[in-house]
Amino acid sequence: MTEAGNVGQSARSQPAPYVVEMRDIYKIYGSGATEVRALDGVSLSIRSGEFVAIMGPSGSGKSTCMNILGCLDVPTSGEYWFRGVEVGGLDRDELALLRRHFMGFVFQSFNLLPRTSALSNVELPLIYEGVRPARRHELAMQALATVGLAERAHATSAQLSGGQQQRVAIARALVTEPPVLLADEPTGNLDTVMAGEIMKELVSIREQKGITILMVTHEPDIARYADRVLFFTDGKLIRDGSPAEVIP
Amino acid sequence: MRALDTLGMSVQAIARNKLRSFLTTLGIIIGVASVVAMVHLGQSATRSVTEQIASIGSNLLFVMPGTAQRGPGGLRTTAENFELADVEAIRNEVDGILVAPALTTSATVVVGNANDTIPVIGTTNEYFTVRNHYLDYGREFEDGELSSGAAVCIIGKTLIEEMFLGQEALGANIRVGRTACRVIGVLEEKGESMGQDRDKTILMPVKAVQRRLVGELDVSAIYVSALADGTTGVVQEQIESLLRQRRTPVNGGVDDFYVRDTQDIAQALESTTNTLTILLGAIAAVSLLVGGIGIMNIMLVSVTERTREIGIRLAIGARARDVLTQFLVESIALSTLGGVIGLVIGVGGTWLVTWQLNMPFVISPTVMAVGFSFSVAIGIIFGYFPARKAAMLNPIDALRHE
Ligand SMILES: Nc1ncnc2c1ncn2[C@@H]1O[C@H](COP(=O)(O)OP(=O)(O)OP(=O)(O)O)[C@@H](O)[C@H]1O
Ligand SMILES: [Mg+2]
Repeated sequence: MTEAGNVGQSARSQPAPYVVEMRDIYKIYGSGATEVRALDGVSLSIRSGEFVAIMGPSGSGKSTCMNILGCLDVPTSGEYWFRGVEVGGLDRDELALLRRHFMGFVFQSFNLLPRTSALSNVELPLIYEGVRPARRHELAMQALATVGLAERAHATSAQLSGGQQQRVAIARALVTEPPVLLADEPTGNLDTVMAGEIMKELVSIREQKGITILMVTHEPDIARYADRVLFFTDGKLIRDGSPAEVIP
Repeated sequence: MRALDTLGMSVQAIARNKLRSFLTTLGIIIGVASVVAMVHLGQSATRSVTEQIASIGSNLLFVMPGTAQRGPGGLRTTAENFELADVEAIRNEVDGILVAPALTTSATVVVGNANDTIPVIGTTNEYFTVRNHYLDYGREFEDGELSSGAAVCIIGKTLIEEMFLGQEALGANIRVGRTACRVIGVLEEKGESMGQDRDKTILMPVKAVQRRLVGELDVSAIYVSALADGTTGVVQEQIESLLRQRRTPVNGGVDDFYVRDTQDIAQALESTTNTLTILLGAIAAVSLLVGGIGIMNIMLVSVTERTREIGIRLAIGARARDVLTQFLVESIALSTLGGVIGLVIGVGGTWLVTWQLNMPFVISPTVMAVGFSFSVAIGIIFGYFPARKAAMLNPIDALRHE
């Protein structure tokens, strides 16, 4: 994968004190009377290894911010560096390679391919990386074991509980060992017990691998697992600090 | 991404929806099967015509009275029949040939209680070789019988089967017209050729037919066989110039006879069957096109249905071209699968029809290759648009799709 090499090299070549750096990011939908400022001048920096929760009321721009951080979406204006690379200068395929090699995603729901085994789902990112089948299988089984689902490897998503599905999604996000994990309300569809288990899972993975975790949530109890909370209102970042400082 | 994995993904997607995949390929299956069957059957028909013509006698020339058909409308005026002297002249003056006169009529034939109207040909012993139709048993005409016009006959197998009904034919007396006639030989079975039952015939000495049945001392056709291959052209020219001297042309130098080569007839028939083959093939190709549109339709539905899946793939790091290839390979796999099944059915169908109709079973690798390539090409052409649609999806929009 030479394209991956290029993106990867430029991403690694400069010393990056911050994994993520946003300056004056705007995301504006529509225009005139119907204009919506989903992000209204957001600047933030996140260090490698931090566990950051993004909070705020509904419609405050959490998901929009997360999607831009994850290079799934591009801002209307502003600058965004990911590991020292200005993302605005990259094309569609380069962004895809950035996601492939440096990010893992967990969404709120419908994370898994339907009618596909947990194992195949976890193998998917490795397929795009061009890893050979035997090695792929081994790595995917390891990742499933990490989230405690090795024995359910051949179950399809319809045969798994919501919590198990999220754990498979986490395994899939981490199987390529990306430095950054992005999760948009990973516990949004789960009850408190299951949500707590998923959070403990994330905390332990972070301790083992030292990865950076960016997580959107609107539940204070979930946000408390993080060591830093960003609070959004109306597209603006209005508070930034430890959970104790930010969450009332 | 490894090519084998792309193929694997596509095969999995096809296998996940077996019934739908089958229905999608049905159009291609029918299209390829009908193209392959039609073209093969056309070739088989051509082969069958060629074989029938060979069975009439190769290097055979028909010399007929009348003006040759020319131009549209094909006016053919009747002309005087030939004389036996014309036959003698051709025999003596043209080298390297066998000549048989023919005076054709039909007569009511009575065998015991059975009677039927049968074509009767007055000819000589050269007939057997020239027309490639030999005796099964019995004997040929004797010289005395030929010169005196004796009432003897050689009969075809149809008479044995339908009129003699197991009685001994050789030596029997049958009634041909008003003449009592002794059977001296039986022709080998020849079957149907060009829509004519060649076994339903009676051969008699030409003079016997002239005097006893027709009452005219002439000959209605002359069959000439060139002994060496490739000499029919020269022979034809020699016969034409000879007959021009012997006969008076009709108004303004138009010949009042014509010479036909079996090759001419073969070519005319072959071009007819070829035209028919092309026509049928073209109609079948349209159904292949319809099959392609079916694939495009289902692939478009599938792209919409799997928008969320595409979103997940894009988030995981699939590039536009990865998604494009995945969907393109999927449609190519579908259409190729249909093509292979269609080939098998097409060849099987051809075999069944040729077996039923007693035609030669012809299999052309070219037709198979073209049919197969067409199915692959259709997968590419009709799969490209849906695949492109999938590849161009915005990751965010795709992920938001419910
Ligand atoms: N594609 C879009 N077109 C127009 N407006 C949009 C679009 N996507 C988001 N918005 C608007 O941008 C604002 C921020 O949306 P966003 O999804 O980021 O909110 P959120 O904080 O994630 O909310 P929730 O907690 O409900 O998920 C909302 O007002 C939303 O209506
Ligand atoms: Mg949201």
